[in-house]
Amino acid sequence: MWCELCQENFFDEFQMEGVAAEHNEIYLELVPENLSRALKTAQNAKAVKIKLTNKHCPCLRVAVELPSLSSSSRMVTHDIPVGVIPRRLWNDFREPSVPDFDVSIYLPVLKTMKSVVERMKNLSNSIVIEANLSGEMNLKIETDLVSVTTHFKDLGNPPWASENGCQSSAQSRDLESMAEARIDIRKLLQLLAGQQVNPTKALCNIVSKRIVHFILLHEDVSLQYFIPALA
Amino acid sequence: MSSLNLPWHSFEPFPRILSLDPREKSSAPPSRCPFEWASEQLDRSKCKIIAETPLSSSLSFLLQAEIFQEFDVQEDSVTFRINLSVLLDCLTVFGTSALPGTPTALRMCYRGYSYPLMLFLEEGGVVTVCKINTQEPDELLDFDFCSTNVVNKVILQSEGLREAFAELDMTSEVLQITMSPDKPYFRLSTFGNAGSAHLDYPRDSDLMEAFHCNQTQTNRYKISLLKPSTKALALSCEVSIRTDTRGFLSLQYMIRNEDGQICFVEYYCCPDEDIAEAEL
Repeated sequence: MWCELCQENFFDEFQMEGVAAEHNEIYLELVPENLSRALKTAQNAKAVKIKLTNKHCPCLRVAVELPSLSSSSRMVTHDIPVGVIPRRLWNDFREPSVPDFDVSIYLPVLKTMKSVVERMKNLSNSIVIEANLSGEMNLKIETDLVSVTTHFKDLGNPPWASENGCQSSAQSRDLESMAEARIDIRKLLQLLAGQQVNPTKALCNIVSKRIVHFILLHEDVSLQYFIPALA
Repeated sequence: MSSLNLPWHSFEPFPRILSLDPREKSSAPPSRCPFEWASEQLDRSKCKIIAETPLSSSLSFLLQAEIFQEFDVQEDSVTFRINLSVLLDCLTVFGTSALPGTPTALRMCYRGYSYPLMLFLEEGGVVTVCKINTQEPDELLDFDFCSTNVVNKVILQSEGLREAFAELDMTSEVLQITMSPDKPYFRLSTFGNAGSAHLDYPRDSDLMEAFHCNQTQTNRYKISLLKPSTKALALSCEVSIRTDTRGFLSLQYMIRNEDGQICFVEYYCCPDEDIAEAEL
């Protein structure tokens, strides 16, 4: 999963210094639950301050300033323990390159997709996702008891400009023929359940029988999700 | 209700077709149902879904043909067995909370013996096709609950019973029902860890729609067997409670759907004989 935030859209003040001038980056690992718990109190906050500190161990300090009627405001401070990832491991955390996909398609309303996938999860562990270049996408499950297929149409295919030529396989493709991949249904549901709002743009790239790549764009946040195909 | 149009699909014509808003169908059997398998029985006038617990109770859900926009059964009667939770998952594939103005249309087709049950659901242009395998129907229990054998019958407004059932002492193994032409008329009793509890409904109560009791009858039923039928109680407007000469219990729940049409859930249960013999 790859998520990108544009710093100036969120922070009034932003300052950092990486390990070295030529590698001006910091990689920290933390338990996501801790961060979400720290931000719970921030729902009606006046301001939130995030700071990398080193008290007993390296910590990301989240200081939340809550509104109050008197002149002294209340502060909630969370120290989230973090691990600093050394530079030699950075390569493991690179943004995966967009695969050379067979079909790229816009996703339907995620809420509809979520309820369909939720029911299908009750019936099967894996799901086949298939799409073509005529704006059609199908979700399929098949078990001994039942087979279910949901057909979406008129979804539209994003116009990937041939800027980098790598999408050539998609361009010479028959419009009707489906590219498909079988994936773990729980992983797909995880992605869908995580979306509180319908993103402004959601699309899905399928590399036949290898990987499904989701890109969700919402306001200034971009989220990429890769689900490998099952054998 | 939106009609089903599947322009980019061509289906073989199926001889048996029912179509309706699936939520009407799915709302009545509880969404997390305790029954795994059910038999569907179709004849020219109705569709009946029957779920059984081994040998002592059965719950059936009756939809009259008029509820469907289209209902066509070509033989006198058609019966097959189907996995009920799979059926419910398929019927609610577009979610359980209906937004007003976005109805789901359903077309149900069954070609005949050994063929799967086909469901075609459509909502907002999205189509789901389900192929549910059917099985040989088991022999269905015949409770043989004949109206001439009915000893006592009361009809209650469901709201009066809902609260009572919600507060029943579930530590009790049995629910004892007393129906009598004299006081206490209609009494529900439990015998739990904390003590016994009795709940009386006088015959002139506002909740009592009808009261026909000819003799005093006291029967006990396993509370665990009655529990599944309380989901139907929640949706119903009226419930008829009958017992016959053998002490069998029949509960008929009348459920009104959004269009004001009526369907029924019927529940049959054997009396709990072990206890009845030991204590009565």
